[in-house]
Order: sequence, then structure tokens, then C-alpha cells
Amino acid sequence: MKLRQLFLLLFVVLLGRVTIAAEQPASQSIILASTTSVENSGLLAHILPAFTKETGITVHVLAQGTGQALQTAARDDADLVLVHDPEAEQKFIAAGDGIDRRQIAWNDFIVVGPRSDPAHIGGTHDAVAALKAIAGAQAPFVSRGDKSGTDALEHRLWRVAEIDPAKAGGGSWYRDIGGGMGAALNTAQAMRAYTISDRGTWLSFGNKGDLTVLVEGDPRLLNRYDVILLNPEKHPVPKQALAQRFAQWLLSPEGQAAIGGYEVAGEQLFHPSAAAPK
Amino acid sequence: MVGDVWAALETAEFAHIVGLSLAVSLSATAFAAVVGLPCGAALAICRFPGRRLLILLANAFLGLPPVVVGLALYLLLSRSGPLGVLALLFTPGAMVIAQALLATPIITALTHRAIEEPWQEYGGALRVDGATRLRSIRMLLAIARRSAVTAVLAGFGRTISEVGAVLIVGGNIAGYTRIMTTAIVLKTSEGDLGLALGFGLVLIGISIAVSASAFALWAR
Repeated sequence: MKLRQLFLLLFVVLLGRVTIAAEQPASQSIILASTTSVENSGLLAHILPAFTKETGITVHVLAQGTGQALQTAARDDADLVLVHDPEAEQKFIAAGDGIDRRQIAWNDFIVVGPRSDPAHIGGTHDAVAALKAIAGAQAPFVSRGDKSGTDALEHRLWRVAEIDPAKAGGGSWYRDIGGGMGAALNTAQAMRAYTISDRGTWLSFGNKGDLTVLVEGDPRLLNRYDVILLNPEKHPVPKQALAQRFAQWLLSPEGQAAIGGYEVAGEQLFHPSAAAPK
Repeated sequence: MVGDVWAALETAEFAHIVGLSLAVSLSATAFAAVVGLPCGAALAICRFPGRRLLILLANAFLGLPPVVVGLALYLLLSRSGPLGVLALLFTPGAMVIAQALLATPIITALTHRAIEEPWQEYGGALRVDGATRLRSIRMLLAIARRSAVTAVLAGFGRTISEVGAVLIVGGNIAGYTRIMTTAIVLKTSEGDLGLALGFGLVLIGISIAVSASAFALWAR
């Protein structure tokens, strides 16, 4: 009888599922809430196997924006965070959620845009002046708009420039897409717009099209990556010891060498800085 | 470029993504079918208070938004949420629950619709035979099995193509909760559009293969 076969198959599938589920949690694992820039650039995939081999601890990476990653940790849903927004990190620690903030690496942000460069900012080294020129020319600009570390930096720069981009000149040149770095770069490429990217995502991004780096080298474009543990007084996470071990490994000579050794097309993406934080 | 895409499709990582997609969606569909087929049939043949409301809800939830299901489930399964002790958030188990919740109303509503007509046709005879409700449900599902297979496949279609809910409750963790749809989103965001499209074609192929096998087995 056909119907019986169907139910028999469903039963077998369910049984198989339960067996898979039962096998899973044997090994030790922690959840790292991190940013898209360290995950999508391939850095974590490059360095994590060495840590897992040494300690037997599997690190499950959630690639979110900095704002979302801190929220996830504040809800106890991650064991530690690796993020890049100094202001949001300070709030996270001041609220009693995080402790032991340590810088593990740095690189920089860059302003990218179309080769035609309608705002004439190519080759300059002042990010604020560049944003003023883009707003003045009302050239299309793509904003992340997702409370990520990159989004926070962009908004800091607009504040320094004393421009409210959503309102300046009707605001139609300013496109807030509410998406990740990759989505912003895809959109900028398609709209021939300017945007701000972290160097790691940019170098590993595969759909650059007509986009090119226009502004770099402004000290305000420094991009620092910090690892933060959860405060055990507020977050009684059972895996604190494992999380601590991972944080220590990132700061150790082996971890730092692994970070510094990651290259895409011959270019180093992250500069280890545990010994001399920037 | 085609060569690069082909090479990426042959890796163990990709095999894991395909395997997990199928495991999660087939399990979720199985749960949804075990609940939805009998419930849909019962809604067609039993008379009880609140029946019309349940039918209305099942039909309304055909359009249940996956991101809302994902968000609600996230809040429930979060370690600081009511079901946090289960430690299911960011595991394949949470993804199965999310997809099963999405597929159950689809299978229920379509089964209800499929059983209504044969019940009108054969209901009298079954009652004269003295068939119990349970036996009637089994008989009618057997009679309407083609429609029942279509209902289950519609449920499977929802689960295998869904991305909003699994992204929120699964977290798209490499090698652990990354499935076809979330991998496509990731590859697109990495600007690797060729590979994203390659993944998409494989996903469509899997969908066709599952439907074809289901029809070959049960709906002839």
C-alpha cells in the first residue's frame, strides 16, 4: 500500500534525523559573534583550523554587523565577540556585558567609487574632505545603514564633516541600503556609487567591476579589531573557560602569526597588533 | 569561470552544504507531513467547535512570513529566552523546527482541500460500512494520494527554498548550519556571483529530483 510506504519513509527520515542530532554535541564548541569583515574576508576560515587542531575546540562563527554581534552576545547567545566599533564596544563594557577587551589586529577603511570619480576625490588622503566633496557633487553614495562597525565609522565621519547626508540636497544621492559590506559593494558597483569599505572585505571581494580605491591613508580611517569576553557576573555562560582559551590564542604568538600570515593575491589583510595596540 | 564554479561544487564543504540542506528540509517536511496530513484530513471529515477557525488559520498561514517565524523562534530559543535551556539556537535542530512550522500549515490546508471532495463522495459509504474516523482518514488519504503527495511536495518546496528563517535561527555557521540558500546569500555578498548562481542551479536540480522521485514512488 502506497500510503504506508510514504509514512514508513517519513518515519525512517525522522529516525535518521534524531540519530544525527544525537551524534553532534560530543566535541567542545563555542560560538563567536563576529563581523562580516573578518568572516567574509576568509580570515577566520584561514586561522581557525590551527586553533581547533591544537585545542580540540570548534569555533562556530556568526558573521553579523558589530551592532548585531554585541546584541547577540548581550542575549547570552554567543560566548565571545570579535568586533570593530570602539564606541559601541565601550558602551557594551560600560553596561557590564563585556570584560577584557583586547585588540588583536588592525587594518584600514577606504573610500571606493567609480573610476569616472564625479566628485574628484581620487588620490586624496582626507576622508572628511572627500565626503564633503561627494555631498557637494551629490554623487551617489551607498551607506550600510546596518549599525555595523563600518556604518558607525561612516556616521562619525559625516558628523565631523557637519553634514546630515539623509537631508543634504534632498538626500536622493544618499542610498541607505541596510545591508552587509558585500551587499553595499554590489550595490555601489551596480549604481556607480561611492561607498566606504574595510580593506579586508574589499581585497577579497569578487565583483569589483568599475569600482576602485579612491581615498586611503587618513588616520581617521584606522580599523581596529577587538576581542571581548562576556562578563561572568552578568552572563553566566557555561563556556567561559573555552572562550577565554580562544581569546588567549588569538593574542598568543601563534595566533598573531596566523592572522599576519593571511594574504589574498599577495596582499596582507590584517596586521596583528596584540603586542602594540594602535 | 565555469571551471572555477565546477571545482567549488566538487569540494567536501559543498557536499556538506547539500547534505545538510536535504537533511534539514526533508526532516522538517516529514514532521510537517506527520502532523499536517492527518490534521488536514480530520478537518475535512470531523465536525467540532472551532473547526472553521482552524481551517481559516491553516489557509491564512500559507503566507506565513519566514523572517517573522525566524525572529519569533529566535526569541524563544535564545539562551535568555523561555526555551533557552534546550540550547537549540544556532543548531540544525532549530532550522528543522523553523521550517516545519512553515510547512505544516501548507500541508494541512492543501490536504483539507484534497480530502473534502472524496469525503462527500465516499463518506456515506464509509459510514454505512461502520468505518471509524481514523479508518476513514486512512482510506481517504489513500484515495486522494496524488493530491496528498502534491501537498507534501508544496511543503517541501517551502522548506528547501526558504532563507529568512534559517538565517536567523541557524546563523549560517560554516560547516555546521550553512545550507544551500544561506550559502547563495553569502556568495552573492562576497561578490562571487558565478558560484552563487552555480549553487542556485544545483538547488533547483535537487528540488526537481525530489519532486520527480516522490511522484514516481507514490503518485502513479
